[in-house]
Amino acid sequence: MLSVKGIEKSFGGIKAVDASFLEVKEGGTVGVIGPNGVGKTTLFNIISGFDKPDNGAIVFNGENIEGKMSSEIARLGLVRTFQLSKALTKLTVVENMMLAPQVQQGERIWNVWLRPREVKRQEDENRERARTLLEIFGLLSMKDEYAGALSGGQKRLLEIARALMAEPKMLLLDEPFSGVNPTLTKKILKYMTELRDEGMTFLVIEHDMHIIMQLSDFIYVLNKGEVIASGEPEEVRNNERVLDAYLG
Amino acid sequence: MIEYIITVLLIAAIYAIFSLGLNLEWGFTGLINFGHVAFMAIGAYTTVLLNLKGVPLLPAVIAGMALAGLCGGLLGIPTLKLRADYLAIVTIGFAEILRFFLLNEGWLTRGPMGLHGYSRPFEDMIQGDYNFFLLLLVLIVLAVCYLMLEKLIKSPWGRVLKSIREDEDVPASLGKNVFSYKNQSLMLGSAIAGLAGSFLAFYLQYINPRNFMPMETFYAWIAVVLGGSGNNKGTILGAFILFSFFSGTRFAQGYIPLSSTQIGALRIMFIGLLLIVVMMFKPEGLLGKKEELTLMG
Repeated sequence: MLSVKGIEKSFGGIKAVDASFLEVKEGGTVGVIGPNGVGKTTLFNIISGFDKPDNGAIVFNGENIEGKMSSEIARLGLVRTFQLSKALTKLTVVENMMLAPQVQQGERIWNVWLRPREVKRQEDENRERARTLLEIFGLLSMKDEYAGALSGGQKRLLEIARALMAEPKMLLLDEPFSGVNPTLTKKILKYMTELRDEGMTFLVIEHDMHIIMQLSDFIYVLNKGEVIASGEPEEVRNNERVLDAYLG
Repeated sequence: MIEYIITVLLIAAIYAIFSLGLNLEWGFTGLINFGHVAFMAIGAYTTVLLNLKGVPLLPAVIAGMALAGLCGGLLGIPTLKLRADYLAIVTIGFAEILRFFLLNEGWLTRGPMGLHGYSRPFEDMIQGDYNFFLLLLVLIVLAVCYLMLEKLIKSPWGRVLKSIREDEDVPASLGKNVFSYKNQSLMLGSAIAGLAGSFLAFYLQYINPRNFMPMETFYAWIAVVLGGSGNNKGTILGAFILFSFFSGTRFAQGYIPLSSTQIGALRIMFIGLLLIVVMMFKPEGLLGKKEELTLMG
């Protein structure tokens, strides 16, 4: 579903990413691990269009997406979350959710003034869907609170729920468990497993080996911008270069 | 006395429309436009010049709005993809360039001598106090602008603007074309400034480049910040407070033993003081929402 080939990116002469090959199959959950500062997030930024690669090709669902605007990539169904969770704190929880659906009639000025009934009908549908998702993620009781009032873990949940509102074909999650307490971590893992069973494809960045081993069916290990190992969790766990990278 | 109050309210209402345009850009989208007055000037001059060429007022006003909106859009193309400060610099530069253009291209604008002799809405039909009629008309226009803007900011369109105001990476990651929305906001805000410009011309009956000094932009900023950024009612309130105060102090001139330049300087000092006091005790502005300004992630 997603394949990344020969991506290179340097910042001021320092190579941040040099990913020769990375592939995610439909319905799979692929983990990207590596110590802090090895270019995992830069790789994510490049895939999701927030950074431009110097070289290389990214194909999503048969379409070349390298160099496309982030919004175009999201519209193709590749939706990301952020390492520092970006809940919009000055909007309410439900407004955060309602932002996400694609092709909203009311996002056009003339429709707001001239076709208010159609806009309202679509808003009602989206609000209903938002309620359902918020209920699943245990945030329904907070729906009219400003998102700034949520805890760190709840903001993560909101961000994932919001990404799902956009009806993605594939989710890119950047450290979805960082700063989240163990109870919520278990919850997020549970939702991810359920989503995977429903056919969602994931690419997840994580530096906690334990969680990623549990979650993924294929793992890429990054060190200093390069993929130094890949394989199923078992293989990666016993790979010497990985142990070197992690334990120094 | 009553005529005086009508004049004060008329000016305040025109500037309230003008400030609503800025509030859309800054209050809801987070765009820093320091050249808002340019779009007022475009609206005023376009309406007047077309009318002097024989174009009826309604199409002339619409053309003024359209041209102001178009200029806003063109200005946005090179700047809106950059950081916010670039828009601030470019717009303030544009406003001054435009003012000097109006001042120097005498063949078109008669330069510092300005333009007059254009018609005003329903001028022939109104007997009695024309300014009173114009005030009613401006208040209707203000109400329509307010209602249309409220409808917009409560719509999905407004939600995207607010998300851009807070963190444009989020709408981008959800498939919204951030640049396009910013540009729409700038265009609409500029068109509203153009509309205010047309009505300023109707009120003044005579326009020249001195009506469009950079300070006018900052009066709108004061109105927006005073009333509460991101709150249309607050913006209108702010504009009415500011301009009543300006005109009120002009009225008090006879009773204070100071020269008019001294009073002029004092007036600005008082506005500054008022802003400081409001910012100390109510940083979100008179009607602003605290949660939308002070809650941090």
